[in-house]
Amino acid sequence: MSSAYELAASIRSGDQSALAVVDASFDAIKERDDEIHAFLHLTKQRAQAQAKAVDETVANGGDPGPLAGVPVAIKDNMCTRGEPTTCSSKILDGWRPPYDATVIGRLEAAGAVIVGKTNLDEFAMGSSTENSAFGPTRNPHDTTRVPGGSSGGSAAAVAADFVPLSLGSDTGGSIRQPAALCGVVGVKPSYGAVSRYGLIAFASSLDQIGPFAQNVTDAALCFDVISGHDPMDATSIPTALTPTLPTLNEGVAGMRIGLIDELMGEGIDDDVIARTNQAAEALTAAGATVERVSIPATIYGLAAYYLIAPAEASSNLARFDGVRYGQRVEGQNVAAMNVATRSAGFGDEVKRRIMLGTYALSSGYYDAYYGKAQRVRTLIANEFATAYQSFDLLLSPTSPSTAFEIGAKSDPMALYMCDVCTIPSNLAGHPAMSVPFGVGDDGLPVGVQILAPMLEEARMFKAAKALEEAAKGMS
Amino acid sequence: MSEVSESKTAESVIPDGWEMVIGLEVHVELGTATKLFCGCANNFGDEPNTNICPTCLGLPGSLPVPNAQAIDFAMTLGRALNCTVLPSIFARKNYFYPDMPKDFQTTQYEEPTNGEGFIQLPDGRSIGIERAHIEEDTGKSTHLGGGGRIHDATATLVDYNRAGVPLVEVVSHPVMHDAETARAYVAELRDILLATGVSDARMEEGSMRVDANVSVRPVGSDELRTRCEVKNINSLRSLGRAINYEARRHVDLWTNGEEPRQQTRHWDEDGGRSTPGRSKEDADDYRYFACPDLPPLTPTAEDIAAIDAALPSLPAARRSALAVAAGVEIIDTTLTVERGLDLLVIAGIAAGADATAAMKHADQNLSDGQGQLTPASFAALLVMEADGSLSSTQVKTVLAELVANGGEPGDVAASMGFEAMDTSELESLLDRIIGDSPDEWARFVEGDRKVQGHFVGQIMKATQGKADGKVVNQLMTQRALEG
Repeated sequence: MSSAYELAASIRSGDQSALAVVDASFDAIKERDDEIHAFLHLTKQRAQAQAKAVDETVANGGDPGPLAGVPVAIKDNMCTRGEPTTCSSKILDGWRPPYDATVIGRLEAAGAVIVGKTNLDEFAMGSSTENSAFGPTRNPHDTTRVPGGSSGGSAAAVAADFVPLSLGSDTGGSIRQPAALCGVVGVKPSYGAVSRYGLIAFASSLDQIGPFAQNVTDAALCFDVISGHDPMDATSIPTALTPTLPTLNEGVAGMRIGLIDELMGEGIDDDVIARTNQAAEALTAAGATVERVSIPATIYGLAAYYLIAPAEASSNLARFDGVRYGQRVEGQNVAAMNVATRSAGFGDEVKRRIMLGTYALSSGYYDAYYGKAQRVRTLIANEFATAYQSFDLLLSPTSPSTAFEIGAKSDPMALYMCDVCTIPSNLAGHPAMSVPFGVGDDGLPVGVQILAPMLEEARMFKAAKALEEAAKGMS
Repeated sequence: MSEVSESKTAESVIPDGWEMVIGLEVHVELGTATKLFCGCANNFGDEPNTNICPTCLGLPGSLPVPNAQAIDFAMTLGRALNCTVLPSIFARKNYFYPDMPKDFQTTQYEEPTNGEGFIQLPDGRSIGIERAHIEEDTGKSTHLGGGGRIHDATATLVDYNRAGVPLVEVVSHPVMHDAETARAYVAELRDILLATGVSDARMEEGSMRVDANVSVRPVGSDELRTRCEVKNINSLRSLGRAINYEARRHVDLWTNGEEPRQQTRHWDEDGGRSTPGRSKEDADDYRYFACPDLPPLTPTAEDIAAIDAALPSLPAARRSALAVAAGVEIIDTTLTVERGLDLLVIAGIAAGADATAAMKHADQNLSDGQGQLTPASFAALLVMEADGSLSSTQVKTVLAELVANGGEPGDVAASMGFEAMDTSELESLLDRIIGDSPDEWARFVEGDRKVQGHFVGQIMKATQGKADGKVVNQLMTQRALEG
């Protein structure tokens, strides 16, 4: 399938019909998704209706928008009106939301065609998409391997060329890490740049929706469509955002880029470090200055994250109580029904995090755990702010390793370590993205992470584009 | 304030040597057009589950957006309660309950919108307020079967229309020591709510809900002993009864060498007693934390100045103004201000009315408000009464007509055929009635004042109420002295 940018152009000019494009997407899914399991649910009727509407607009001489007829896959933790939305959890099996997430409305208003809902770790808790109540997703590059997670289905759908674009959500790396493992571009925007309305919350202060794409241009195009103020989300940034697409090709000449010391050593595989160093050299060759920078508090990011995110999750997931929607397991009285429903409906990892978070917020423990984690968060944000006084962007690996075997990481702590490079950006609220940059010793994709100051997505995309160009020349 | 002074019954007062310690938590539903965090209508009594949306149902993925009017009302109430308006944050109070859609309540915890303030009672005392914070209301559960409580219900019906309705919880310091003061505090709070227009403050409909924290201690001690929180108080009368009952229960326990358990109790108005609810000792740990979906509220000095500028004149200030204008004690202005007649009386006095007469008519003859009566005609009428051109009975009749339909008192009196009667006319009339009732007159002369009404009544009947009762009384006394 062509890039989203090219597809939209050819559909807008009438060279291709949106309906033919979406049907081709469904054919590709039919052909290979039994093996990959990127999708939990296809939204065929809605997709075909939207594609026809786009074709009609073109036939009538109108402009269906910048994503005209582009098939897009949606992580199944974003609400789609009348279509199943499960968070890969049994507890929401059968629930159909009565409303669309804001991003869905923005995509369709731009002409995009929603083709289906993709697999994830239950409630976005995980780094491998193995924690899905509906079975794991496989990495299109090697189906014995994980695609990463939690947005593994959306990453795999783009990597398998089912769709040129998809949406994921990133709380501690859930877009960037699977993007790295699947060899695609993945963007975690600035907190507040993209509306969270309709995104089923995991950790509200960290969650952010962003795109997966096969190239940097498509990612920028999609980001420009889905970002911007939403009155339905009180944490949405009210000021107008700078579009990223127009300045994409401006290059990195004169940019000062810092390579984060703490993420270039212990715990990171040598081949990943080697590719990251090569990326730094490529940026230097493109005219940037790259220097090492120390951000000491990043090493506390993981610990702080695994208190803050579960704490918020323990509150956010309380509503799944069997009273109003989703699964209900009857009990002697309301409290017994709540317990029975939640015991049967949630998987082990979700239960583990709810218990962790409940404990971290408990009276008597709050200061030692949640309170201290919040102070670490402030410390990390301050250290980033200091670093950005000397640097325009920062650089690091996205994931400590390439894609690992399904079932290889049964210890939760080993999986938690997958997010060590990505978590600091969520804690700081800053944008970051993963760009494919060569392969590891096993021949599987490696991703390099570009980190930017708050709302500097345009600058981040310029560097991503430069890296993408450099990677083309490698192989 | 008649409602405040009735509940002191002999059996409810605690024994000498003990002192009550009372703090009140009053939940006030704000009368906003829409709910606190969504655009659903804030309407009492609509068909169940009609004013609902993804946000107030707590559907997955929904988010709250603060209602600017609710924040404005809350700050207005805070300023009317003499509170400091502070930068504030919303917090989540986590516990499971089926009528709470998210299984947490969005409220304010460590940083409320309104900090320290006070309410000034009509008798001049100030009752300290600790805070007045914003929170969302829950839905309403109806438990079927069992005892009507959740734990033994066979089914529970939930109406989410009320879920997300904005509340302000006004928390007093534990500084009240008798039920009368608590009632006066709540009555004053209600008057402030009505004056500011932020709530209709109806206890019976639940738009103002009072929970009383009650404990007792030996007189002279300043300790705070174990308290109980009494809920389900639906009127000012219940408030007084519930406090007195609870205080008495505590005294009895302490006197018997026992100790009250810290718990929430449910007031049973029909049974005249409280029954235990949840015990606070094994209560939930609410795991409060700052709500990550809602940015802090940071009102500017300009915002607060604008709130202050828009505040109406409040009961305490109105009582002071009336006391000065009428030359009376503040406590004697309560009823007039409560009826909203203070501006009429002040304007009437300014237009020449006698202050005492104006206050008397406001208290005795304007219980339904001033209606069509203007300050100018009120003043003119009182001047006519003072100079004797109308009898007090005629004044009452004319006043009623002015309230009902308005007009000039002179014109109204004329149209009713009222004019001052000649004293000689009254004297000859009195002579005739004395002639008709010699026995009664003899008793009157001997000092039996009970028969006075007979003569006054006869004269009023004969004159169709035109006679001035005062003049008739004077004539009778004079004639009796003359023998």
